[in-house]
Amino acid sequence: MKYEAVIGLEIHCELKTKTKIFCGCATGFGADENTHVCPVCLGLPGVLPTVNKRVVEFAIKAGLATNCEINQYSKFDRKNYYYPDLPKNWQTSQYDLPICKNGWVDIDVDGEKRRIRLTRIHMEEDAGKLVHSGTTIKDSATSDVDYNRTGVPLLEIVSEPDLRSAEEARAYMEKIKAIMEYIDVSNCRMEEGNLRADVNVSLRPVGTQELGTRTEMKNINSFKSLVDAIDYEIERQTEVLEDGGHVVQETRTWDPARGITLSMRSKENAHDYRYMPEPDLPPIITSDETIEKYRRELPELPDARRARLTADYGLSDYDAGIITSSRAMAEYFDAVVATGADAKLAANWMMGDLAKKLNEESLDIAKSPVDAQRLGEMIQLIMKNTISGKIAKKVFAEMWTNPDAPEKIVKDKGLVQITDASAIEGVVDEVIANNPKAVEEYKGGKKKAIGALVGQVMKATKGKANPQMVNQLLAKKLQ
Amino acid sequence: MALFDKPAHVLHDMLVKKEISSQELTADVLGRLDEVEGDVQAYITVTREQAETQAKAADAKLASGEGVSFLTGIPGAIKDNICTKGVKTTCASKIIDNFVPPYDATVMTKVNAETPVLLGKTNLDEFAMGGSTENSAFHPTHNPWALDHVPGGSSGGSAAAVAAGSAIWALGSDTGGSIRQPASFCGIVGLKPTYGRVSRYGLVAYASSLDQIGPLTRDVTDAAHILNIIAGRDEMDSTSSAAAVPDFTQALRADVKGLKIGLPKEYFTKGMDPEVEQAVKTAIKQYESLGAEVVEISLPHTEYAISTYYIIAPAEAATNLERYDGVSYGERIDGDDLVQMMTNTRTQLFGEEVKRRIMIGNYALSAGYYDAYYLKALKVRTLVQQDYLDAFKKVDVIMAPTAPTPAYKIGAMIDDPLQMYLQDVCTVPLNLAGLPGISIPCGRSAQGLPIGLQIIGQPLDEATILRAAYTYEQTQDYHKQMPELGGNN
Amino acid sequence: MKVTKDDLETVAVLSRLEIPAAQQDTYLQQMDSILTYMDNLSSVDTTDVKPTTYALPMQNVFREDEVRPSLDREAALSNAPLKDDNYFKVPKVLED
Repeated sequence: MKYEAVIGLEIHCELKTKTKIFCGCATGFGADENTHVCPVCLGLPGVLPTVNKRVVEFAIKAGLATNCEINQYSKFDRKNYYYPDLPKNWQTSQYDLPICKNGWVDIDVDGEKRRIRLTRIHMEEDAGKLVHSGTTIKDSATSDVDYNRTGVPLLEIVSEPDLRSAEEARAYMEKIKAIMEYIDVSNCRMEEGNLRADVNVSLRPVGTQELGTRTEMKNINSFKSLVDAIDYEIERQTEVLEDGGHVVQETRTWDPARGITLSMRSKENAHDYRYMPEPDLPPIITSDETIEKYRRELPELPDARRARLTADYGLSDYDAGIITSSRAMAEYFDAVVATGADAKLAANWMMGDLAKKLNEESLDIAKSPVDAQRLGEMIQLIMKNTISGKIAKKVFAEMWTNPDAPEKIVKDKGLVQITDASAIEGVVDEVIANNPKAVEEYKGGKKKAIGALVGQVMKATKGKANPQMVNQLLAKKLQ
Repeated sequence: MALFDKPAHVLHDMLVKKEISSQELTADVLGRLDEVEGDVQAYITVTREQAETQAKAADAKLASGEGVSFLTGIPGAIKDNICTKGVKTTCASKIIDNFVPPYDATVMTKVNAETPVLLGKTNLDEFAMGGSTENSAFHPTHNPWALDHVPGGSSGGSAAAVAAGSAIWALGSDTGGSIRQPASFCGIVGLKPTYGRVSRYGLVAYASSLDQIGPLTRDVTDAAHILNIIAGRDEMDSTSSAAAVPDFTQALRADVKGLKIGLPKEYFTKGMDPEVEQAVKTAIKQYESLGAEVVEISLPHTEYAISTYYIIAPAEAATNLERYDGVSYGERIDGDDLVQMMTNTRTQLFGEEVKRRIMIGNYALSAGYYDAYYLKALKVRTLVQQDYLDAFKKVDVIMAPTAPTPAYKIGAMIDDPLQMYLQDVCTVPLNLAGLPGISIPCGRSAQGLPIGLQIIGQPLDEATILRAAYTYEQTQDYHKQMPELGGNN
Repeated sequence: MKVTKDDLETVAVLSRLEIPAAQQDTYLQQMDSILTYMDNLSSVDTTDVKPTTYALPMQNVFREDEVRPSLDREAALSNAPLKDDNYFKVPKVLED
């Protein structure tokens, strides 16, 4: 039997507010342990929460950017479970009236567009961190608790089980990441845990509608883990089913080092969160005016930007998709074009040499040594025929370590293109004289042979001759 | 001349006129405390040194005449579920009997700005769960009017201290009657403000949607003054009311002409002690003679208030008390692993009544029972509220007994929790509806036990119930009587 | 009986409490009489009645996103039953 995977994601996205969701303690990664804490986030007897206004604003904007309806009457609830990283032993979250519901985003996988539905987006508080005395939780006799992260605001973005493969899940999570970056509500630094996902995977025979038994993998915090964990889990469940077994509903952990998922031996039915409306926080009632105000404040979103790049600059849909996949890339592109550089050249350079270098050095585009201004200037040198595309590669490599303006680099290194026909003509004559075999072939009808001759000219001029002029001159002289 | 038997406003005048010093007054009240505390046991913690230091500081202020406020130099006591920075706050529970808050409750910040003298923290039913102060993990408190009787609860320590003269004024909290009922049992004034009128920040939560802090005082005048001090919007409490706070002392005038008083027939039925009924009806007649108009009204959902309250309050309590787990504060009983440690800590250190309410609360919230119990109770709460709103279209205040009986003997009801819950019938409906209520003394039983009259007002209209209470108080002298204790009187 | 021994056991686990065998009957009997009394609510018609969570109507109470001082660490840890340098320390965590 052939099976199809049914995958849903719950993405937890840390918001980039100055303070925690329910108290005035600073957020921020890497502070000394237990220094970003106060009576409220420590859950001391007698304390009460107060809602950070910005969290509500960010949540509504996230909903609008993902085509959600905004629940105009929304409230917080207590989700009760005991864990030492949760000082009150409940998480203040949202249950039946989340701030956003019924949204969607579009993803592309292998050129095919698919619409993924969002069930809901709700606001909640993050938990603290446990530091185990041993190497793993299981072999630790004791654990230490740091409450700095307790109360950092989170959005939980829940998809419908609309995803069918690890690649779709990745594309979906990339899309959510891009949107959250565009609307500037999260730093989305996965290595700092700003963005992490709980993944539900089940299988069903192709062509059927009924959902199979699912397993859940919690706290997946990289795209690679997401893809690997889903692929592994699909394979594992397929084997179980093909052997005539049943998938057990359970929580499993992804072990990236071993590349496998492991059962956490969870007693699922022991969990009864006993959700209760949070009596300490009055409801959130959002007017049409507020929603419209936040909608007006939204920047151009990835899909719209992509459409604009294809329409205005004639970029391919694929290229526009890559350029707009992150806000930083899209802004870099716009800045390059704003210098007067050709948009297609800008896209090619960004996806070519620039992407390669950034990748090699694991750098963010925002920290690129070649900023948009200088890349734009360099592209203009190509456009003005001051340098050839080939020379530009040398110039770009030099720019990576040399902060000078590209024009200066070109001058200092003597890389200006030779566009003086008389200077090139001498070299062309020489090359024709020294390569009778190629000349013969060309004249005999093998037009491709001219390439070898062009190469010889370029070699003799150290690449500085204008290739178009070389072509024209050779063609003329060989007639 | 004894000073401990006087209300705060009288003592304030004496201090300002320099007839007495705060140190003399404090010594007098501490002397009384030493004399009666062995019998009454109103306190969990007495902060004698702090009190003496504060009295000295208050005297300096009184001498300079600058920054003198109503409570300056006047000794008071705080219920031990209100957080006091640097002073142990136990909630009368073994589970946090060592907890020293690193912060002050908002009411403490406001009270401390008055430079009062704080004598200590008073006894209560553990986590304010109970109506007799017998559920304290440390010791019961005794009714100053009859030591083998309960003082009421849960603010029994605060009520007994004010009644006995071992404090001039006190703060308590009221979730289902915990200020009004002990005030009634101890023959003093107890005011539960409108929900949200006083910040709950720093009040250790029992049931968040019902809890409210208020004063326990000798007379109505003191209640109005203290409400002035503690009322108002607090940015640390999202449920605190942003409504303007009037000067409540403006309500202290004897005038009930034309005041419409509603008498709910449902409050005067079965289980009512005849002496209580008689005393309350006599008081109502007094109002009529003073020019008030009395009409019978109906609050038809009253009979469901106990069930509603005893589902909602335990459900909120079950979650509020989850934090006591031995992890980051309070006591810990070790166990082989975390779950066992938490379970040992909670099992061994919570008292029986607290455990019972946690169990009922979690039962009502658990899968399968949520709709039938918790959600149903939230809906009936709406109907209880609506009853009052309808009634207040016809009347200005509602009057009723505070409790169906006078104080009962210690131990009389401890084995029958349901019987105990049913005692709260007159007080819990207000908390469900968020309304303000005051209990003032209106009589004595044949045995000499105080009886309280409860006056219920519209939301945020504490002024009218204070005026009604003050008017009646001018016609009698229950508030000037002190119980015979320690052979002093 | 409305409340069964199974109910009692489940609710005790949810409450992180242990009910000793000797006390189970008392607990069952007390909870049962209380819950039986509360069944009077079932006679109230609550069709179309909205639940009330808050004592008084309030909405949209927010705090500006401005940093306020945190506790210093010594104060934060001052009530800890057990500390480990700058951390709160807990016994072995078994995943559940």
